[in-house]
Amino acid sequence: MTLLDIIIAIPALGCILALLIPRNQAQFSRLFTLAVSLVTFVASLGLVTGFDQKATGQQFVTNFVWIQNPEIHYHIGIDGLSLWLIMLATFLTPIAILISWNYIQDRAKEFYAFLLLLEFGLIGVFSAWDLFLFYVFWEVVLIPMYFLIGIWGHDRRIYAAVKFFLYTMVGSVLMLAAIIFLYTQAGTFDYVTVLDMLQSGRIALTHTEETLLFLAFFLAFAIKVPLFPLHTWLPDAHVEAPTAGSVMLASVMLKMGTYGLVRFCLPMFPGAARENAPWIATLAIIGIVYGALVAMVQPNMKKLVAYSSVSHLGFVVLGVFSFNQMGLDGAVYQMLNHGISTGALFVLVGFLYERKHSLAIKDYGGVATMAPWLSIVFMITTFASIGLPTLNNFVGEFLVLQGAAIRSISWAAFAGLGVILSACYMLWMYQRVFFGTVDGVEAPADAHGGHDDHAPAAHGHDAHGHDSHGHSMPDLSPREWACVVPLVVMMVWMGMYSQSFLPVISAENARILDSTRKSPISSNVKITPVTGGSANAR
Amino acid sequence: MFKLWLIPLLPFLGFLINGILGKKLPKLAINAVAVGSVLASFLWVALVVGPSSDWGANKLHAHYFTWIASGNFHVGWDFAVDKLTMIMLMIVTGIGTLIHIYATGYMDHEGGYYRFFAYLNLFMFFMLNLVLAANYLILFVGWEGVGLCSYLLIGFYFHKKSATTAGNKAFIVNRVGDFGFAMAMFLIVIQFGSLDFTPVFTKAPGAPVETLTAIALLMLVGAAGKSAQIPLYVWLPDAMEGPTPVSALIHAATMVTAGVYMCSRSAVIFLHAPAAMDVVALIGLATAVFAATIGITQYDIKKVFAYSTVSQLGYMFLGVGVGAFSAGIWHLMTHAFFKALLFLGAGSVIHACHGEQDMRHMGGLKKYAPWTCIVLACASLAIAGFPGTSGFFSKDAILTAAYEHAPWMFWVGVVTAGMTAFYVWRAFWMTFWGEYRGHGKPHESPMVMLAPLMVLAVLSLGGGFLFNVPEILKDMFPLKEEIPEEHMLMAISVAAGLIGIAMSWYMYVVNQELPGKIANALGGLYRLVDDKYRIDEAYDAAIVEPLIEGSSAVLWKTVDAGIIDGAVNGVGSQARGIGNVLKLIQSGNIRSYATWIVAGSVVIIIVMGIAGGVR
Repeated sequence: MTLLDIIIAIPALGCILALLIPRNQAQFSRLFTLAVSLVTFVASLGLVTGFDQKATGQQFVTNFVWIQNPEIHYHIGIDGLSLWLIMLATFLTPIAILISWNYIQDRAKEFYAFLLLLEFGLIGVFSAWDLFLFYVFWEVVLIPMYFLIGIWGHDRRIYAAVKFFLYTMVGSVLMLAAIIFLYTQAGTFDYVTVLDMLQSGRIALTHTEETLLFLAFFLAFAIKVPLFPLHTWLPDAHVEAPTAGSVMLASVMLKMGTYGLVRFCLPMFPGAARENAPWIATLAIIGIVYGALVAMVQPNMKKLVAYSSVSHLGFVVLGVFSFNQMGLDGAVYQMLNHGISTGALFVLVGFLYERKHSLAIKDYGGVATMAPWLSIVFMITTFASIGLPTLNNFVGEFLVLQGAAIRSISWAAFAGLGVILSACYMLWMYQRVFFGTVDGVEAPADAHGGHDDHAPAAHGHDAHGHDSHGHSMPDLSPREWACVVPLVVMMVWMGMYSQSFLPVISAENARILDSTRKSPISSNVKITPVTGGSANAR
Repeated sequence: MFKLWLIPLLPFLGFLINGILGKKLPKLAINAVAVGSVLASFLWVALVVGPSSDWGANKLHAHYFTWIASGNFHVGWDFAVDKLTMIMLMIVTGIGTLIHIYATGYMDHEGGYYRFFAYLNLFMFFMLNLVLAANYLILFVGWEGVGLCSYLLIGFYFHKKSATTAGNKAFIVNRVGDFGFAMAMFLIVIQFGSLDFTPVFTKAPGAPVETLTAIALLMLVGAAGKSAQIPLYVWLPDAMEGPTPVSALIHAATMVTAGVYMCSRSAVIFLHAPAAMDVVALIGLATAVFAATIGITQYDIKKVFAYSTVSQLGYMFLGVGVGAFSAGIWHLMTHAFFKALLFLGAGSVIHACHGEQDMRHMGGLKKYAPWTCIVLACASLAIAGFPGTSGFFSKDAILTAAYEHAPWMFWVGVVTAGMTAFYVWRAFWMTFWGEYRGHGKPHESPMVMLAPLMVLAVLSLGGGFLFNVPEILKDMFPLKEEIPEEHMLMAISVAAGLIGIAMSWYMYVVNQELPGKIANALGGLYRLVDDKYRIDEAYDAAIVEPLIEGSSAVLWKTVDAGIIDGAVNGVGSQARGIGNVLKLIQSGNIRSYATWIVAGSVVIIIVMGIAGGVR
């Protein structure tokens, strides 16, 4: 029994116990699930401290045969790639519970139980080393998210939930078919064995087989990412989902797709991955620019953030398919960054929604006057999201773009447009929501414009949550502070000192990249040499 | 040893203290923290780092921690100080201190006092990072960071739409420039495998010219954004929405010169990319003339100086482009003196006139605000290149170098110098001469505002004598040999300045009907210049509107909602049956959810069985 087993077990048990709590004890179910998620988080810190940075490969391994025939292993373990994604899941679940504290009143215990089930599935997905086990966890994640959207969502929740479900199912079914095919070849679902057989050539795939298998996995993951043009479930799902659902969806669930690409698509089918990289990278770049442009014209805050996710996740896919160390390191780091900063954006949009019961940008204005601290935290998050150096996203975006540039400078040039556009959509939203006056009318003293001596700035941040027109909006409550402070701390930490996180990621990525080179099937594909003898060619 | 980290960290602490606790602190404490932290940085630079280093041979270098590492690529949080950095440090902390002091008086009656000083300190932190950086990425940290502070301070009066819009515009236009800068960095990494200045500049002479040209041109894009050159200058005039001390510190003396600094820092790359140098010189010259023509027509005193800043930055780029890097830096320094003074003086004038910025409602202020009048006269002489003033030396150095490069550039520069003298003195006469045309009774500013102005006035007049930048930097940028025409060129540029001053005297003091007549005679041309050549409108029509309309109508409503979702819903309607089944479950109780989970598991087991069967 390793620590990892315990960490998977706690939310599962917690979920079951939470369901046994009497219905009228809503407050107790909140406290209970929060406690469970906090215990899980604290326990998961043990993964970080216990992780041997020197060793490569899996750690905290448990591997026994779960089902004899067909041979399915309960094989779990973590490596540098999955470590931080698990941490992301355990880190965000308590926050997701806390932000729902007042908002979710209806069927509270089920709601919180589903969040724990979701956490269980997410940790499982990132630690499974058996293809079938992976698939089971993959599907387990789908169930609670479907219900979170379908039951506690907004008006069009059914449409969004069904769309989410169908999209994902299409991909899952294809992946399942591919997994079963691999099983027929290898006689086991154990990923380590399958991978070893593929890499040593004991399973000899034809070019067509490899391509089809790659595409089957790729499609499942691409839908989850989501990669343009498979992204249209995401805005609907986000807009309809309750805040906690949006947070978990954007921050962690989308990473299942990008994680799958790195964990499965690259090592198993390196030849096909390299062959198909150009058009995939092209779609990623289109997604970056397209997502940003569409985000720019959204009247709804959640939709705006959702489209911005399409754009940000495009960077991740671009980095993965740049096939070099910097691109891949940046991609994995960007998964975490996006989890933190977009998660924080959804949290904050949720706070606004709880105050004003609207997601429409036009319904806001002058929030900075009424709730200065909320505005400041939102601003930090905004700048994290648009990649300001010293905050987290910059590190990932820089590495991804540099990696893409090494592969092809035009990739970086087009993707770089997304960085310009991100400033447009985020700052325009920020301006309309937080700046200006509460009632949208400027004070007459401004008539001269640029008149900075006696302008009525007096009610800048110094107003006390009220203005003369009787509008008011409370600033952050202690509970809300507890949600956002950890997120802001992570933005600064990951932005200023990436060395706490990147080395283990880098080491694992180096192994993965290495395996894509020596694999016999990839020998027919020419590895693009890096121009100018750069440092990053590996 | 020299604790270089102290230099940016002190203002950063000021930012934290005022930003977090400022609301509860008394004004005196806020002032002490804000001014004290910057002053301490200045003293550290001037008294500890400056005198005690052996500037001849070594430069200071400090590595603090690895910031980003991936594969063989490493970027550290590294600082380095050489003479160029030293000059920049002195300008930034010195002028910064003066402007902080001034601002305590200027902002006295404003709301958000602590917020203002917190932002200002944060700006100092990033600006000092920018000049201390030992590699391009740390420079970029400062570069983006000062952009953030610029955004925050332009939009300081955030209830005003025009202010926040100007802030957004500044940030977004700068992002376009930063895109170029980032691309330049990518090429540098591909070519040199590092972003550290030392290895890059060591290897640069051996790199292919095409690569170096591409890098240099992309850097120019970045510099054009930050330093407001054609075609990215459009944000700077709007940036005057910010409080006047901000205009002086960020949008005149320090941040906007970052582009000039970066190009000079990268001199090795530029020198090996002659084509890029020509582009730099042309852009600089074009910007200098173009902005000067607009400056002539403006009536808002801050707008006059804003266009003047754009124009003077163009001069600096002209210097860089013709290879006179040290002359460019010299002008950067003298410009920091006299332009900061012009802006702060303008602030004092605005203060005197109860917030009025339109020069048509000023006049006669020499009687009411004599000290402001005197110091502004000093600054106006300096920018006009009056012999002996600081501007005279640096402008002459640039124009001489331009003459050596291409005589026609010299002549264009001279004409621009004449225009500069004209519009600055036009502003001076309109403000201080004649009768007061405004409302209320104007008053002189308090001593806390005047004292920094006097220091700057001394520097504007004597800064050229005191600091001979080309001499200081001669190890980095070899001095040019004197050319025989030097004295003649000097006489010509001085004459141009004097003619400009004389013409403004004639038109705005002696014969005040003349400007109106000329404007009428020019008709459409005058209106075009007065409307700033309608560049903003053109950008809106050509870029912003199509982008927004296209994104909304085509991408969102047609591609996303129409084509993709249409296809999905088409498939989905086939599966409507499933949807209806699924609809049932959301009404239900927990038992039915459990049923569904179990049902799902059953499906999995069945599939598994099939799989086993296949085998």
